[in-house]
Amino acid sequence: MPQPTGSISFVLNNREITLSDVAPTTTLLDYLRLERRLTGTKEGCAEGDCGACTVLVGRLVGDRLVYESINACIRFLGSLQATHVVTVEHLAQDGALHPVQQAMVDFHGSQCGFCTPGFVMSLYGLWLSNENPSRADIEKALQGNLCRCTGYEPIVRAAEAAAEARPSDIFDPIAREREAITARLKALAPTETITVRQGENCLIVPADGDSLAAALSDNPGATVVAGSTDVGLWVTKQMRPINPVIFINGISELQQIEESEAGLTIGAGVSYTMAFAALSRTFPGFGPLIDRIGGEQVRNMGTIGGNIANGSPIGDSPPPLIVLGATVTLRSRDGRRTLPLEDFFIAYGKQDRKPGEFVESIFVPRLPADDLFAAYKISKRRDEDISALLGAFRLSVDNGVVRSARIAFGGMAATPKRATNVEAALIGKPWSEDTVRAAQVAFETDYQPLTDWRATSDYRMLTAKNLLMRFFLESGGEIAQLRRFEETV
Amino acid sequence: MDKSTFEERKAIRGEMHVSQRHDSAHKHVSGTADYIDDMPEPAGTLHGALGMTDRAHAEITAMDLSAVAAMPGVVLVLTAKDMPHSNDISPSHLHDEPVLADGVVQFHGQPAFAVIAETRDIARRATRLAQITYRDLPHFTDILDAVAHGGQLVTQPLTLQRGDAEAELEKAPRRLKGSMRIGGQEHFYLEGHIALAIPGEDDEVTVWSSTQHPSEIQHMVSHVLGVPSNAVTVNVRRMGGGFGGKETQGNQFAALAAVAAKRLNRAVKFRPDRDEDMTATGKRHDFLVDYDVGYDDEGRIQAVHANYAARCGYSSDLSGPVTDRALFHADSSYFYPHVKLTSQPLKTNTVSNTAYRGFGGPQGMVGGERIIEEIAYQLGKDPLEIRKLNFYGDKGSGRDVTPYHQQVEDNIIAQIVAELEESADYQTRRQMILAFNRESRVIRKGIALTPVKFGISFTMTAFNQAGALVHIYQDGSIHLNHGGTEMGQGLYIKVAQVIADSFQVDLDRVRITATTTGKVPNTSATAASSGSDLNGMAAHDAARQIKERLVAFACERWQTTPDHVSFVPNHVKIGEELVPFPEFIKQAYMGRIQLSAAGYYKTPKIHWDRASGRGTPFYYFAYGAAVSEVSIDTLTGEYMVDRVDVLHDVGRSLNPAIDIGQIEGGFVQGMGWLTTEELWWDDKGRLRTHAPSTYKIPLASDRPKIFNVKLAEWSANAEKTIGRSKAVGEPPFMLPISVLEALSMAVASVADYRECPRLDAPATPERVLMAVERLRNNGRPS
Repeated sequence: MPQPTGSISFVLNNREITLSDVAPTTTLLDYLRLERRLTGTKEGCAEGDCGACTVLVGRLVGDRLVYESINACIRFLGSLQATHVVTVEHLAQDGALHPVQQAMVDFHGSQCGFCTPGFVMSLYGLWLSNENPSRADIEKALQGNLCRCTGYEPIVRAAEAAAEARPSDIFDPIAREREAITARLKALAPTETITVRQGENCLIVPADGDSLAAALSDNPGATVVAGSTDVGLWVTKQMRPINPVIFINGISELQQIEESEAGLTIGAGVSYTMAFAALSRTFPGFGPLIDRIGGEQVRNMGTIGGNIANGSPIGDSPPPLIVLGATVTLRSRDGRRTLPLEDFFIAYGKQDRKPGEFVESIFVPRLPADDLFAAYKISKRRDEDISALLGAFRLSVDNGVVRSARIAFGGMAATPKRATNVEAALIGKPWSEDTVRAAQVAFETDYQPLTDWRATSDYRMLTAKNLLMRFFLESGGEIAQLRRFEETV
Repeated sequence: MDKSTFEERKAIRGEMHVSQRHDSAHKHVSGTADYIDDMPEPAGTLHGALGMTDRAHAEITAMDLSAVAAMPGVVLVLTAKDMPHSNDISPSHLHDEPVLADGVVQFHGQPAFAVIAETRDIARRATRLAQITYRDLPHFTDILDAVAHGGQLVTQPLTLQRGDAEAELEKAPRRLKGSMRIGGQEHFYLEGHIALAIPGEDDEVTVWSSTQHPSEIQHMVSHVLGVPSNAVTVNVRRMGGGFGGKETQGNQFAALAAVAAKRLNRAVKFRPDRDEDMTATGKRHDFLVDYDVGYDDEGRIQAVHANYAARCGYSSDLSGPVTDRALFHADSSYFYPHVKLTSQPLKTNTVSNTAYRGFGGPQGMVGGERIIEEIAYQLGKDPLEIRKLNFYGDKGSGRDVTPYHQQVEDNIIAQIVAELEESADYQTRRQMILAFNRESRVIRKGIALTPVKFGISFTMTAFNQAGALVHIYQDGSIHLNHGGTEMGQGLYIKVAQVIADSFQVDLDRVRITATTTGKVPNTSATAASSGSDLNGMAAHDAARQIKERLVAFACERWQTTPDHVSFVPNHVKIGEELVPFPEFIKQAYMGRIQLSAAGYYKTPKIHWDRASGRGTPFYYFAYGAAVSEVSIDTLTGEYMVDRVDVLHDVGRSLNPAIDIGQIEGGFVQGMGWLTTEELWWDDKGRLRTHAPSTYKIPLASDRPKIFNVKLAEWSANAEKTIGRSKAVGEPPFMLPISVLEALSMAVASVADYRECPRLDAPATPERVLMAVERLRNNGRPS
């Protein structure tokens, strides 16, 4: 049955919902709590940082139905076409708790209980995707959930116990419904652009890249929303209008990852979770960054294209992509153009994106085998924090002499920016501690960082210099940073 | 029921001293535990939002709210002048805290008006349409700024004095002076503030409030409305966390909701956004501690003179008792032969700081422990050695009197510390860490063992009273109510265990009911760790009264004497006869026995004379100790907590699982305070860390990699508390002072431990790195 235009359809727990009256700014959380009185999902912060609103969203990736934890507080209702939303109310069956819930009870994993439904949903997401999680996996799955009462220890114990609890006759709503839901979501996948109008409001869900280009050409002032991990806050915190809005999170053509001899092409709509997994396979230096952008929910929602397109000076992916020589492809109705990523960032809040253009993909060329590459993120809290600074380093060393160097930082200037003077101070010099010490001074000509609540200017400058030293020491095999868990390869 | 049931089951389910799940656990995990925003709203409920100012200190010269009022969906706009009786909600009764700013703005974000609208979204949007013009006044947000501008105080300071500190400092063989900054802390309860007011007949109003102090909400609402307290009923079933942040800070939301509800005759709900909550409600006080210490060559303290200056914000709120408690704990676990301690509760143009778990005690203790650390570095010794030299002695040892002249009678700190030192293998690990640091270039480690001694009781003696209400219905089911509130700490389950234990019935026979001013009046805040001590005893008293009547009834009916009547598991035993509890209750009802009682308790022994600084403010002390091991990265200041071992004293635990939860949770919360949680104001006086994106509480991955928590199972309260248990809410919060000191040791390693790093709190990665730099440069000829 063709999808009727003019409405958004998705499955909520066990019922199909079709909405022809959706404001662009209505969040999934408000819909659940205010319209459906599903009050198990809580609002803790309304900015995607505390996880009290965690729900699972199932979507088709190819033919596969994938469930991911997301923050309902910053997920727009209009972006849910052809998804399955699972809330905490869906877990227990006839009063019998799901093993994840039962473990939380048995291990005293709740105190005040307000964060608990969100934890349960994050743990449920982990339970579904990982039968034998390590402590590192558990911590990673919980990076987007704040608990102020328990100190987390009993929750981690509950997660371990729940992983063991998989009786064959267990009631699991997702396991039971997987086939039926897959079929429903296939039927709901849009084949043409959905446009929902409501008075002045206009919400557009393009079916593919062509229709996105057309929609953006027709509405050059539209807000393009992929993961809504940034735009969500414009609405919940600043109460900014985003009308008209184009939701691109359902466009599968933007979610492709292609590996070739030349490198990696990542569609702008690929989530951090998937993009960073691919990047770290190809560029092991990305590894330590994988789980340090946002929490699990934000990584499941946010996209690499969004991280670039919003032009933030503290976006975490641009510095490493810049040193790797990534290019960005922009597309509009008139065609495509490709430019080096570092040229895309013009000034604070200003990118080289023309009206009607959208970021389509990023291409990252392969790294020559002998090149050294690392990226280091520094933040007040190790996980789920915005960077104070983030440095990426790439060096080729030949016979002990630096042949080429590319270094870029976030958090040190108004845009992600190369440290060209430091690079110059390294090139042609022996790769030695003396060279590093001499080059450290050049950071002062490359950057004049700001002082804010994340760090002082002095700390940023000193740490940038020291990260070059860390890079040097690690290139010689020394232990020069803390790791919470031994690296698993 | 037959007799075999009793014989098979030796004990009831849910007696005291046995671990029980939180009574709401199954509801928490399934999303069915109702918080106030989850309750079905009465038809026509309206929603409020605060209209906030954007100056730190200014006169409001004009406030044009016409666009606000004109926005479709807006029903009412309230300003200070709309408060029917009073615009004052000062908990200290110093009349320095308006509901809404009246003419003068005293901190950036202070609410000056409120909007009531058909939806919360409309109310929030409407607030942004206000046109307020200001005449700026000079503002100071920081302690040093406040001191430099005259040092105005929000309330009377306190001096604690014993002996002659000034003279003894002169005589001491060694002397050191220093100062330390200790940051504040946002509560970050996961459920923000909320109030729902439902208008009643005449002058009545019912308020559902997320509050630790329903009686105060009741008093404030009645005061603002100008109605007697008996017109106002305040209810709270549970809070999504409190931590002190809901002791007084719910007043403004409840008052505004009630005023609007009465004026419009519609239910009104206030639920501020997280950023507004963090901006408009108070936090833990930050302190600047200046200390001057005299000691001998061994490290034994002879005299301490210290000043505790606090950023209190613009009004007094609870700053008086908070800064008092800082002084009460400036001795930590140590005997100061001569001592003078002063508090300086400073007025600043910031939100008025308030209660927070420990209530100034943690800041006091951090200062006391810093003194120990300083002496240790001066003498080149392990701080633990200095600690042991200075611990309070046994009762009657001559080293058992506090700076406030209370004798420490129940001291067990030496035993706790000795046991932990052994079980955590402290000495061996310390040697290994010293060896590691000699070899490691970038990564350095530190270890520290710090003690906790925390005084239990409200220092305001009158607050140490509580009430409970217990009914038994004809079917033998029991209804329990008391003045304590549930914020996740497990108070409700503990008191229910007291009742189950008293009547010897299974716990599921006891129905826990929402706290309400209508059932138990004149309650104190659920605060100061006192919840189970006070309410447990009050409930026990109610049960005692009913049991006495039941025993008298049994004696009359069965023609026996009281020594032949006993409450045994789920039965009453009369002579040799076992009567099932419900059957016995039914007979008692038929015999016209009153099956309801109001229980009451007041803490004995305590008294406190603030003017003279003398008394026995605390009924007893709770003790504990922790060993923390950390690693730091000396290139970036990043760190990790590798291992923590805790031994903590809760007397005879009422519920070990709940108590261990309090210890683990308190530890991590205290660790956050001392490490990553940083409040940051800009030069306009605006708090810029007002959301979880900018204010960083610990995550699962920040908790200690190895975390061993044990109760001191041999301990029993020396005082006659409920089941000889001890309070547990606050004391564990101070265990992570060991994390701060371990970080300090790792920093000190870069200068071969010659210098105390004087690491301020919170020890963010930045502070750690800057301390590393400072120590390296101090050792370097410039």
